Amino acid sequence: MSTRIKDRLLYIIICAISFITLGILVWIMAYIITKGLPYISWEFLTTDYRGDREGILPSIVTTLYLIIISLSISTPIGIGTAIYLVEYSKPGKTIDVIRFAIVTLAGIPSIIYGLFGYMFFVIALNYGNSFLAGGMTISIMVLPTIIRTTEEALKAVPKSFREGSLALGATKLTTIIKIVLPSAIPGILAAIILSIGRIVGETAVLIFTLGTATGFPTSIMDSARTLSVHLYMLAKEGLSFEQAFATATVLLIITAFINFISSKIALNIKRFAMGSKN
Amino acid sequence: MQLNITKDMLNKKNLKKIGKKVFEKIVENIFLLFACISVICVALIIFYIFTKGSPAIFKIGLGHFLFGTKWAPTQGIYGILPMIVGSIYGTIGAVIVGTTIGLFTAIFMAEISPPWMVKIFRPAIQLLAGIPSVIYGFFGLLVIVPIIHKFYGGGGNSLLAVIIILSIMILPTLISISEISLRSVPKEYKEGSLALGATHIQTIFKVMIPAAKSGILTSIVLAAGRAMGETMAVILVAGNSPIMPTSLISRVRTLTANVAFEMSYASGLHREALFATGVVLFIFIMILNIVLNFIIKKAGASVK
Repeated sequence: MSTRIKDRLLYIIICAISFITLGILVWIMAYIITKGLPYISWEFLTTDYRGDREGILPSIVTTLYLIIISLSISTPIGIGTAIYLVEYSKPGKTIDVIRFAIVTLAGIPSIIYGLFGYMFFVIALNYGNSFLAGGMTISIMVLPTIIRTTEEALKAVPKSFREGSLALGATKLTTIIKIVLPSAIPGILAAIILSIGRIVGETAVLIFTLGTATGFPTSIMDSARTLSVHLYMLAKEGLSFEQAFATATVLLIITAFINFISSKIALNIKRFAMGSKN
Repeated sequence: MQLNITKDMLNKKNLKKIGKKVFEKIVENIFLLFACISVICVALIIFYIFTKGSPAIFKIGLGHFLFGTKWAPTQGIYGILPMIVGSIYGTIGAVIVGTTIGLFTAIFMAEISPPWMVKIFRPAIQLLAGIPSVIYGFFGLLVIVPIIHKFYGGGGNSLLAVIIILSIMILPTLISISEISLRSVPKEYKEGSLALGATHIQTIFKVMIPAAKSGILTSIVLAAGRAMGETMAVILVAGNSPIMPTSLISRVRTLTANVAFEMSYASGLHREALFATGVVLFIFIMILNIVLNFIIKKAGASVK
């Protein structure tokens, strides 16, 4: 009898706590969106942030530029690394060191990346607060994400694909480029989208490397602020919470959209992997 | 004549073959080069953080720096013990609250909820993981901090606010990894326990959680790393006074906040002291990484 009551109690506690978890998400989303949505207007999205104009267009443009710059550096390196790890590497010291490095990179908090980017790219290489410094630092930060996700995608390509291609006389490189990589494209896409999510949400790195300038960026040596940095500055200054709520809402919508796309791709990969087994 | 031509052709073929092999070898080495970039980056990061950070530690004195309880850059006093304590309290608090909530939610998702409800929970948790940290900070600043102020006074910027925000932020890590490890407990364990007459709840707590221990531990250590390294969300809710926290509602400053907060205007020894704070943070994170590796290796060995 007492076991039964205890069970019942634990069961209720488990359910209650789970719904608290769900409730927290709903609370955060609802709170920010209901407060932010009324302030979002066409003008807010399409004007710059100067004088009495409070638009976020420069931040949107900056975020896009930063994504393009960082990914054009880190995607080739990440995919190349994943190809080496999956297709070429043999067990040994080299591979252990590379793996250790990737795990370490993944564990380093963003503030340390920010500090490093500041010391190395901004000061030592004299890039100043710029897209170049920010993009370089961010691309190191997202490297583990790209490597790991691409690696999983490459591993999911059935061995028979490679054997078939090699048996037909194709070289290893041809096999990788024409057979393995095309089959792994959904996974690579997932890696890129995950990285975009991280870049959009990043703040600590960018305050030190890309800076917080409010104007439109015109060159790769310019300082600018992304949406997340803009929100941080607004929240910290505490001058206009309306703008902050509106910016946070835009950020949340972008995040939800990125999440939606990546889960769709993940579903496709699953179907592909299951289909290939049969 | 004819023979010569075939010989020539053969040579050409051979040459081509050798050429191809060399080319393949070159390509392999190019990929290896790509793979080495990560190693170079880690080496550079460690080198820069330590060479720029350690001089300040020697100038200030290791003991004064690590165990000094006063941080007053204008007077040339640099003690980071309040920040170390702040970071540790914040992380431990968040891990305790987060693990409790996270583990129960993982149990719910893996064992209790109907499949259609998992389909709601899973994307929700992914979304929770994707929300930028600055939004958590913003939410904490405008919702959690005023609530704490209302109940306990003192402005609300406090250790408690840090713990609440951090425990929400680490939930996705805790839940997703714990759920996976609960799901991968062999079915026989569960069936055996049920067959012996244990109830479902007893089976979960006495059989499945112990069996999924290494996965759950992994999630806790990963979450601790995230909590300790979090910066922006913490800055917005912590109050950032560099004093020893004495209660849950006293203002705190974490190691991460110390680096980020004063960097924009620091110079000279003050700036070096901030770099040195980065070194201390880095060492804490590396310790967590080593613990993580140890757990994963041990789990791997026990599977074998």
